[in-house]
Amino acid sequence: MTGIGWLQIALTFGLVLVCVKPLGLFMARVFNRERTFLTPALGAVENGFYRLSGIDAAKEQGWLAYTLAMLAFNAAGFVFLYALMRLQAVLPLNPQAFGAVAPDLAFNTATSFVTNTNWQSYGGETTMSHLVQMAGLTVQNFLSAATGIALAIALVRAFARSGAATVGNFWVDMTRSTLYILLPLSIVLALVFVITGMPQTLQGSVDATTLEGAKQTIALGPVASQEAIKQLGTNGGGFFNANAAHPFENPNAISNILSIWSMLLIAAALTYTFGRMVGDTRQGWALLAAMLTILIAAVAVAYWAEAKGNPILAALGLDPAGGNMEGKEVRFGVAMSALYAAVTTGLSCGCVNSMHDSFTPLGGLVPLLLIQLGEVLPGGVGSGLYGMLVFAILTVFVAGLMVGRTPEYLGKKIEAREMKLVILALLILPLAILGFTAAATQIPSALESLANAGPHGLSEILYAYSSAAGNNGSAFGGLTANTPWYNTTLGLGMMLGRFGYIVPIMALAGSLVGKTKLTSTAGTFPTHTALFVGLLVGVILIIAGLEYFPALALGPIVEHFLMLAGKTF
Amino acid sequence: MLAYLRPAVVLLALMVALTGIAYPLAITGVAQVALRGPANGSLIERNGTIVGSELIGQQFASERYFQPRPSATSAPDPKDSTKTVDVPYNAANSSGSNLGPTSKKLADRVKEDVDRVKAGGAALVPADAATASASGLDPHISPDTANLQVARVAKARGVPEAQLRALIVRETEGRLLGFLGEQRVNVLKLNIALEAPRS
Repeated sequence: MTGIGWLQIALTFGLVLVCVKPLGLFMARVFNRERTFLTPALGAVENGFYRLSGIDAAKEQGWLAYTLAMLAFNAAGFVFLYALMRLQAVLPLNPQAFGAVAPDLAFNTATSFVTNTNWQSYGGETTMSHLVQMAGLTVQNFLSAATGIALAIALVRAFARSGAATVGNFWVDMTRSTLYILLPLSIVLALVFVITGMPQTLQGSVDATTLEGAKQTIALGPVASQEAIKQLGTNGGGFFNANAAHPFENPNAISNILSIWSMLLIAAALTYTFGRMVGDTRQGWALLAAMLTILIAAVAVAYWAEAKGNPILAALGLDPAGGNMEGKEVRFGVAMSALYAAVTTGLSCGCVNSMHDSFTPLGGLVPLLLIQLGEVLPGGVGSGLYGMLVFAILTVFVAGLMVGRTPEYLGKKIEAREMKLVILALLILPLAILGFTAAATQIPSALESLANAGPHGLSEILYAYSSAAGNNGSAFGGLTANTPWYNTTLGLGMMLGRFGYIVPIMALAGSLVGKTKLTSTAGTFPTHTALFVGLLVGVILIIAGLEYFPALALGPIVEHFLMLAGKTF
Repeated sequence: MLAYLRPAVVLLALMVALTGIAYPLAITGVAQVALRGPANGSLIERNGTIVGSELIGQQFASERYFQPRPSATSAPDPKDSTKTVDVPYNAANSSGSNLGPTSKKLADRVKEDVDRVKAGGAALVPADAATASASGLDPHISPDTANLQVARVAKARGVPEAQLRALIVRETEGRLLGFLGEQRVNVLKLNIALEAPRS
């Protein structure tokens, strides 16, 4: 590890932190339906959208109507994206003349983009037409992110309101997320990305004749516009197979820092929006402090492991001073690759600028574990906040048990019904991750997909289902996932991880919004202190440890000791 | 449920038009007018032909050129389209090796590359010289890896080594503001500089 490496990491976090308050305030205004500086430009568009869609923007919804609207909208998005991929061969904007996407792959991909996972069983530049990339995938990048933000805001309102029946209007929250937050930021970022060197053209590819006279076909496309929303919406689905390691998706150090900044931006700022909307910004800062504590520790572990390199390769004569450079790009080096890997999985982005499969065992353990922690550091846009609020409720419950008081969070009593819903939400992920992983290890055809033998093979499967159920989308990419078994089970894992998690949380919002807000007394456990942050961090780590330690011990941890012993498979 | 159908379908159609058609086309329009170079792939032209992209690495086999890092990209086998063959620096299909740290295949491949580089007289092989990049299209090598190739290229071209070392120094891209990114040499640009007529 070097000082310059740490300086780059510090700069990235610093750039995010200075934006938390201004963007958080702006988003609070957007969701409180207040006037913003964008209203003159976008107000008419917004109202036009409501009128054409038959939406009564003034009418609010209870939790069930809100959830049903969200499900209907996501179902429509799924059907449209699936159809677009199946029909791409006969639709325009297909310069490379790609054929129809196979049914199992189209199912997997449509699920993947609708659930904000952006797992990719395919290579973008060899599978998808420009029309699918733009009108299909880019659209869902916006809408799945807007859906996540809307749901988080509904849960925040459940804490902010006292004795109310409604949590907002899904159509309005979703539309305002897209129009006022995601689209303006994407436009600016996409243009900046082109300046850094990302292509933005409708051309499919260009042929070059190298100095040695060979032909090189270079894939091109509307990369920057997709890249901007892919980062801002913590989607992570790349235009190219190599994702943000591809020089066109991430040409240099500036684009790299901007990529990391833009994926952290909204999720981090939403904690401020939350604090603002519940009337106590310290509550938001406390959640952000817990998120960043774990995330920065994770960055340090990954950076340390990757900078140490691989002793097996060092024994062959490779200079260990350069760290583990297999699957990494020279322009990023070890520090920015480790930072990217930790951030993309602390979030639910899943974009990568290096290949996690080729990380050292402990370096690769970090992204795997961060996904399993529930992607709350600071998590996907929206999904990170509601995930963190679930942990906060669990924390006050544990604290309440210790002193024998009915737990409260933000003035709302946490009772049996809330705890049942919290536990239900929390158990969906391990069920999907460990259940499908166990099944895959017993199916010979599923094991044929492995690229690596030994404990690393188990890590590949475990990572795939963690990524799918956690709606992350990054991969130990050696696994050949484009098979009917993986496309189907990973698709189901994504659905469970997204909707199986969201529905109990929305029921929780419905239950909380109806409760009267209590005023805090001397006996109330304060939830903005360092003590609370420490407890919250502890609860997150203990839950994940109980759920996943056995599986991790059989995968990356045992592989670490085998690597030190010089064993190869 | 039908009450949700109209807003779901109509709002989706409007969002497709706005974020899926208007947004990418507007960005394309602006980029194609104001930022033509990067928007079209940062292509390098030489004597009227496109020789490559500044951002995309290329394979160089000849002793007369500096060579890039190993690349793990592949392409469909022309004889049997269900199989793939190794095609380094295939810019139509980016990919890393995805070999894990305890992979025997990785150790064997690295050993082969280490031995090849060591044959050129190096004591320790820089980490990037014998490892495959994440994209398989890494346009850069470290300055150390470039310097290791000086003797070979100088011999093949019959030019003094000092001249090549000076060229590498000139072509080395430093860290932005002194700390952002890593020191690196763009292999294609270095090789083009080799070919440039001496002034």
